Amino acid sequence: MNTALSWIKAYVPDLDCTPQQYTDAMTLTGTKVEGYQCLDRNLEKIVVGQIIKIERHPDADKLIVCQVDIGAETIQIVTGAPNVKEGDKVPVVLDGGKVAGGHDGGPLPENGIKIKKGKLRGVESFGMMCSIEELGSSRDMYPDAPESGIYILPEDAPVGADAVEVLGLHDCVFEYEITSNRVDCYSVIGIAREAAATFDKPFCPPKSDCSGNEENAASYVQVEVQDTDLCSRYCARVVKNIKIGPSPEWMQRRLAASGIRPINNLVDITNYVMEEYGQPMHAFDLDTIAGRKIIVRRAKDGDSFQTLDGQQRTLDSEILMICDAKKEIGIAGIMGGENSKITDNVQTVLFEAACFNGTNIRLSAKRLGLRTDASGKFEKGLDPNNAETAINRACRLIEELGCGEVVGGMVDVYPEKREEKRIPFEPAFYNRLLGTDISEEDMLRYFKRLELTFDEAGRELIIPTFRQDLECSADIAEEAARFFGYDNIPTTLPCGESTAGKLSFKLRVEETARNVARFSGFSQAMTYSFESPKVFDKLLLAEDSPLRRTVKILNPLGEDFSIMRTTPLNGLLTSLAVNYNRRNKNVRLYELANIYLPETLPLTELPGERIQLTLGFYGEGDFFTLKGVIEELFDQLGLHKKISYDPKAGKPFLHPGRQANVNYRGQTVGFLGELHPETAENYGIGDRVYLAVLDMPQIVELASFDRKYEGVARFPAVTRDISMVVRKEILAGQIEDVIEKKGGRLVESYELFDVYEGAQILTGCKSMAYSITFRASDRTLEDKEVNAVMEKIVSALKDLGAELRA
Amino acid sequence: MREKLEQIKAEALGQIEESGALEKLNEIRIRYLGKKGELTQVLKGMKDVAPQDRPGVGQMVNEARAVIEDKLEETRKRLAARAREEQLKNEEIDVTLPARKMAMGHSHPCTVALEEVERIFIGMGYEVVEGPEVEYDYYNFQALNIPKGHPARDEQDTFYINDSIVLRSQTSPVQVRIMEKQKPPIRIIAPGRVFRSDEVDATHSPCFHQVEGLVIDKKVTFADLKGTLDQFAKELFGEETRVKFRPHHFPFTEPSAEVDVSCFKCGGKGCRFCKGSGWIEILGCGMVHPNVLKMSGIDPEEYSGFAFGMGLERIALLKYEIDDMRLLYENDERFLKQF
Repeated sequence: MNTALSWIKAYVPDLDCTPQQYTDAMTLTGTKVEGYQCLDRNLEKIVVGQIIKIERHPDADKLIVCQVDIGAETIQIVTGAPNVKEGDKVPVVLDGGKVAGGHDGGPLPENGIKIKKGKLRGVESFGMMCSIEELGSSRDMYPDAPESGIYILPEDAPVGADAVEVLGLHDCVFEYEITSNRVDCYSVIGIAREAAATFDKPFCPPKSDCSGNEENAASYVQVEVQDTDLCSRYCARVVKNIKIGPSPEWMQRRLAASGIRPINNLVDITNYVMEEYGQPMHAFDLDTIAGRKIIVRRAKDGDSFQTLDGQQRTLDSEILMICDAKKEIGIAGIMGGENSKITDNVQTVLFEAACFNGTNIRLSAKRLGLRTDASGKFEKGLDPNNAETAINRACRLIEELGCGEVVGGMVDVYPEKREEKRIPFEPAFYNRLLGTDISEEDMLRYFKRLELTFDEAGRELIIPTFRQDLECSADIAEEAARFFGYDNIPTTLPCGESTAGKLSFKLRVEETARNVARFSGFSQAMTYSFESPKVFDKLLLAEDSPLRRTVKILNPLGEDFSIMRTTPLNGLLTSLAVNYNRRNKNVRLYELANIYLPETLPLTELPGERIQLTLGFYGEGDFFTLKGVIEELFDQLGLHKKISYDPKAGKPFLHPGRQANVNYRGQTVGFLGELHPETAENYGIGDRVYLAVLDMPQIVELASFDRKYEGVARFPAVTRDISMVVRKEILAGQIEDVIEKKGGRLVESYELFDVYEGAQILTGCKSMAYSITFRASDRTLEDKEVNAVMEKIVSALKDLGAELRA
Repeated sequence: MREKLEQIKAEALGQIEESGALEKLNEIRIRYLGKKGELTQVLKGMKDVAPQDRPGVGQMVNEARAVIEDKLEETRKRLAARAREEQLKNEEIDVTLPARKMAMGHSHPCTVALEEVERIFIGMGYEVVEGPEVEYDYYNFQALNIPKGHPARDEQDTFYINDSIVLRSQTSPVQVRIMEKQKPPIRIIAPGRVFRSDEVDATHSPCFHQVEGLVIDKKVTFADLKGTLDQFAKELFGEETRVKFRPHHFPFTEPSAEVDVSCFKCGGKGCRFCKGSGWIEILGCGMVHPNVLKMSGIDPEEYSGFAFGMGLERIALLKYEIDDMRLLYENDERFLKQF
């Protein structure tokens, strides 16, 4: 919300502070000032001058030479402006002065433009006459300014006086951020009340009584509210003998400063009151209203209606309409109709100030795609008692500005009057909640400034209806805190029972996973939780893959972000592709984030959120690099049992011969593999990509940070090498199973030190060599013990079809 | 005999003197002292010496041997030292050649920021907890004093799954879940992903992270909230940081505040970074609204508490001076490597 300080000062006349002081103080009491703009910035030495003589420039057709009376003296000014004539009063910037901008109205330079005396085509000029743009303003604020040319001041402007003052530019426009609970502050009155309370100055709201003539509005119009659930109050007043014309300058300036373009006195008054009281108003041409009757009711589904912007709108049965005896004439609280709009020939006007249901207006405006200044105010939920004040204020302005004759009386449909709330006055509670020691007297002083009255007998605070945000003692505590000053509240630390600060076990496991990934050269990626349903095709997933059962977002940011991911692959692959396209070499990324698996569709309960550790890289390294990372992670998490790898993982997005499920204690806890070349192509990665995904919830179940010292071996080890030729299909894992099972407790470790296929080895076979270390913890092993075990191993290997070599 | 010995000795010493290399010394040792060495030969020739002269000759031989051995040892040491010196000299390297990089990865800036925040609050006795990202409307809104139709629902452009399930638009629902199942004293922080339907640009992302804090106990005051966040800000942004509390509005806290810290770039004088104001907004907070306490099964007569919430991306962007939020979700390694 933007408002000129002069408007605030009109109701807080004693307010005396710099713009910065105002900003700081208002912000600290809760009316946040986002910024301000001084309208007189870079305007220096600018006075009212009167042109007493105009002559042609001797050497230039387009220039004229003016003699300008600036009070103390008459100076000569050369100008190219086409619109000045003798007798005109104009703003003149004197030698050494400054203007805010150029005549083209472009962006204003930081330090303005300095004006010096000089010669134009040989003729001396001692200053410059200004256009409205040069004064840093615009034709929006000064609609009487010419499109290009010098701004002509009113005839009564005193020659020699400060032209900036005459133009009303010694003002400052403040932009406020109003919180949604302070509906009353979306108005000049509301902000002025806060300013008065903040600076502890008297608050003098404008006069708003207006009795009108001897007639009664009720004899002009009837009002019937059928849907009182959506319209808690409807006030109507009538103005006749309307004289349309421009509104006075002060009103135009204030509207323009608030970002509203002045139009004519009637429209300007309704807009002015909307800004001033926060109450939108509407003016109907009474002669267009059939039966001189207003009916407020819901529209019918599918009704069509033309709003006053000429657009045809389709209505539904939740949209509230203003109707006359025959037809719909306006969408309540949003926009009037083309069929009842005010024209320059209007004779009699019906003013409407109503209170509509905020939520209904908000939703209707949203469905219609038509958000207006009025709907923006209504949707916050207005105070019905404010409607009466506002409509009377508008009528008073009509009288004051002489633009019509106000008919006496008001038609007021207000079935259930909103009463003032009462909240017990509990100073001890406020101090206990705040940790302060504010005296009762001080609190009551603050409350009085806010127009909360104290009922001493009942020890209750009476809350004016415009403060609908105040409902309980915590709200009142905030009011006390705001004016005591948040700054003045002490800073202490909670003193209760102490609590242990810690990470949850799950988070500790995740921290370990992040560390292992990082130590292994992987950097952490973060990608969105939602993605396109097209990713399943990119990942070559079957049509009936369970991963295609997704949680869908009703209102996504487009299809590309429409489903909650059921696999973490797309995010990481997309990130790898970004790196690949940018020619980054050897990129290793990991992500630790959720996938979302629905139990049932459509969703009736929350989906399963499973956190996945996803590792991916291209460049240096291979399948076994990733395997190493997984095994290191398991080791760090106390998972010391053997991990087995099952090549039948069945992942369509992975290389069919280079993939494996990761199995631990009979559970599949993840998988790894090389990306299928077709998938790599789908992501535009021209290099081999290796991926691993671990299902962290299972890992968290299995992990342990308990450690027990198992002793360091004190007896010597015996090492035996064994070399064999086996068929290619036999996996190292199978051989290792044999070594472990047959070797039993004596096998301390084993290591594959050679694998070979090719010359000298039978086709379809490979040679493998293991080094096996035996050790007992309680004695030195004897050869014959080891030999016996070796025999068992060898014979079991032979059963696998291994041919032992010397 | 004596002359012969003297001659051998002189010869040996001369050769040792001239040897100049360790290998040569060994040859000399063998030539004179070895099994077939000249001195040994002299000893072997003892049988030709008259028996009465033998002890004298023996002694002379031993003396000669001792002299030669001493000389050899002394020379060996000298030559070895010289060789070591030579070796070290030859092994000199250009220390300015490039390092062999350790191939460690890097944490995401949001994680770096989160770990700092967690460290501070864990130190103050807070437990780090989590809640679901796909959440019931009840926890995300209703239990936080935001009933259906409340305008705050529109302010937060929420993603809906259906009427009763949303993508959480804030981490605040975790407050409610914790209060429902845990008895005070409660001191938690709850980091996590949240979602709002903001189009992607330099300052917005539809998916981002927040950290929520909650303290519930007897006699918790607004002053405690101020003290806690003051300490937090000083830990996070530096000891000289000043903290400003401004009244604000959140439906689930009352009184509420927004918190600014003095600009850590200019120290509060005003610069481009803080848009000239000297202050940077970092979080929202307040005393837990009595309605929220009641709905979560906590008696507001007995207990009070405060809550606060901050955007992790915002902290990361500010603290590490990242100028575009999109960088956080692109995962360009050249970006990630800087954290």
